Amino acid sequence: MTFRHRHLLGIEPLHPTEITTLLDLADTYVDLNKSPHKRREVLSGLTQINMFFENSTRTQASFELAGKRLGADVMNMAMQASSIKKGETLIDTALTLNAMHPDLLVVRHPHSGAVNLLAEKVNCAVLNAGDGKHEHPTQALLDALTIRRAKGRLHRLTIAICGDIAHSRVARSNLILLGKMENRVRLVGPPTLMPSKIEEFGVEVYDDMKAGLEDADVVMMLRLQRERMDGGFIPSEREYYHRYGLDADKLRLAKDDAIVMHPGPMNRGVEIDGTIADDINRSVIQEQVEMGVAVRMAAMDLLARNLRAETEDEGVIV
Amino acid sequence: MTIRTFINARLIDPEAGTDAMGSLTIEDGAIIARDGRPAGEVIDCNGKCLAPGIIDIGVKIGEPGERHKEGFRTAGRAAAAGGVTTMVTRPDTTPAIDTPETLDFVKRRARERAPVRVHPMAALTKGREGREMVEMGFLMDAGAVAFTDCDHVIGDNKVFSRAMTYARSVGALIMAHPQDPSLTSGSAVTSGKFASLRGLPAVSPMAERLGLERDMALVEMTGVRYHADNLSTAAALPALERAKAAGLDVTAGVNIHHLTLNELDVGDYRTFFKLKPPLRSEDDRKAMVEAVASGLIDIVCSMHTPQDEESKRLPFEEAASGAVGLQTILPAAMRLIHDGSMDLPTLWRALSTNPAKRFGLPGGTLAEGRRADLVLFDPDAPFVLNRFTLESKSKNTPFDEARMQGNVLGTWVGGQRVFG
Repeated sequence: MTFRHRHLLGIEPLHPTEITTLLDLADTYVDLNKSPHKRREVLSGLTQINMFFENSTRTQASFELAGKRLGADVMNMAMQASSIKKGETLIDTALTLNAMHPDLLVVRHPHSGAVNLLAEKVNCAVLNAGDGKHEHPTQALLDALTIRRAKGRLHRLTIAICGDIAHSRVARSNLILLGKMENRVRLVGPPTLMPSKIEEFGVEVYDDMKAGLEDADVVMMLRLQRERMDGGFIPSEREYYHRYGLDADKLRLAKDDAIVMHPGPMNRGVEIDGTIADDINRSVIQEQVEMGVAVRMAAMDLLARNLRAETEDEGVIV
Repeated sequence: MTIRTFINARLIDPEAGTDAMGSLTIEDGAIIARDGRPAGEVIDCNGKCLAPGIIDIGVKIGEPGERHKEGFRTAGRAAAAGGVTTMVTRPDTTPAIDTPETLDFVKRRARERAPVRVHPMAALTKGREGREMVEMGFLMDAGAVAFTDCDHVIGDNKVFSRAMTYARSVGALIMAHPQDPSLTSGSAVTSGKFASLRGLPAVSPMAERLGLERDMALVEMTGVRYHADNLSTAAALPALERAKAAGLDVTAGVNIHHLTLNELDVGDYRTFFKLKPPLRSEDDRKAMVEAVASGLIDIVCSMHTPQDEESKRLPFEEAASGAVGLQTILPAAMRLIHDGSMDLPTLWRALSTNPAKRFGLPGGTLAEGRRADLVLFDPDAPFVLNRFTLESKSKNTPFDEARMQGNVLGTWVGGQRVFG
């Protein structure tokens, strides 16, 4: 079992065996979370601070629950309402918090790379809960766990990621992870919502959704932000739904046992048809939320083990 | 009457295109003889290179407005230590240098503080806002050598073309950083695989071509003398080539960072590599180096842009753009010599002769009778740069901890030793 990192800043630095290590551990936490006694004391005595510079309900709740189930002292800080408004820089905020000796810092920030910057300035382990359009590693890991449990494997699958790829950190982390695990990744969406030179990442790019979904094992839908629907990136909401919304017609082209995923929160009737989202035979959207807690427990557990190993001067190896 | 003779020197004469051992005698600030009998004080160059001092046309000094980032004294010292004998300064200060009074202030501060020559440029429009032209005539009388709004692109073609027409009537040189302003807005890096991987807002390199094509059309329309500065992309070069072939009075420049670094240097969001325009692909870098070697690009400058630590210790998108370069332009440029991209006289034409000619300044040559603005340097001496040893008040260099070659041994301005 190997996981040689002080922080979890993205999927990019992870080795495939480290991803497997984390998912294996997360599997055990899925079982724990289903049992009546959901507590294990592996983070006992450690302090976890959730710093969200961007609105979040689901991710923050998931991290909070994960920390509490493992016995950490968890504190939430809504950074939008605090000192940032008073002109304090990100680094000053980081140094202030660092002086309180947290062990795990969970950070979400609207700017790409901001979490990396913060990680350079603090002594604790930092978990990236989403930075700008860069990465959202725990989302990709929970998606991977969901796929692995539904499909029985996490390699040689055809996975279509559909929608607003350009503005999505979820898409970036996912395509890196799924590529590392040797899957066939397709990106589906209008070219205005596709990052430049994305085909150089070893993915196939489709602007025709039906072609992109053909024989897919996994259909992963992304949220389309309301502010992108104003005519700047796509002509209108209804044209988008017609061409890129997941409905029964388009889903029919995927494999019969294809699963449907969405990182939430969903826009029913914009990127996904409500009945598909609720179809318990196809949709694994609720499982994704469940896996989220387990994956975050696993990630914090591994980072905490490395922290302890470090303080005991045994090197950073689990 | 002071006479000095540099003996045993490898003389780099960009104007003559020669690189040969010899001696040089100077008297009272002027070059009086090549390969004559040693007279006066004898300086043994030990076979090192003696060349005309660098004329750097891209220098931002924080006076007025941002003296905590850079002043004339610190910039002047950095220039002297970097082999730069003339700084042509930018007007993108706070407030902008857009009146004869501000220009006078700058000239006085420069005279009192800087050990090297300083020639200021003025803004082309008031406040660099792209609406009303400045008093070009008065500003030229006060000593402005060119007019530019720097990185503020004048979006209104009517305003720009009128300013150009007026500039032509007074014989002024206009400089611009061609970019399409709407495509560029909000971007931090060049679009492509790297930008997509890092999730940073990006601009297509085509924005530069759009900007340059527009400017070339306006130059053709108005007949103004125009210098396209800070070019960085291969896609823009054909427009430049066409304009020159058509006989327009156009020159072009590139800054040293776009010749020696590429977009991948940003690495893990390193803000010292955040420049404007952003660093480009390796193919673009190579194209720019070739364009300097071929003479299509006339001038290489440092685009010296001091930024304090606070402006750079921010998330990449929020961090300020720019890098200091006065003291590193020479060793950085030596990379182009050591990798065989060009020879020293060719490089020095772009660093010294061409800017002198284009801006109507003395220097840029080792010819007899011309001013003794000189730099003595060892092109091979290796070192590892420590940014805190730089003379500049701001230490935002992308070459921190870089292995470099090329060491300035001495700098002379008008025959007076100002460094070494």
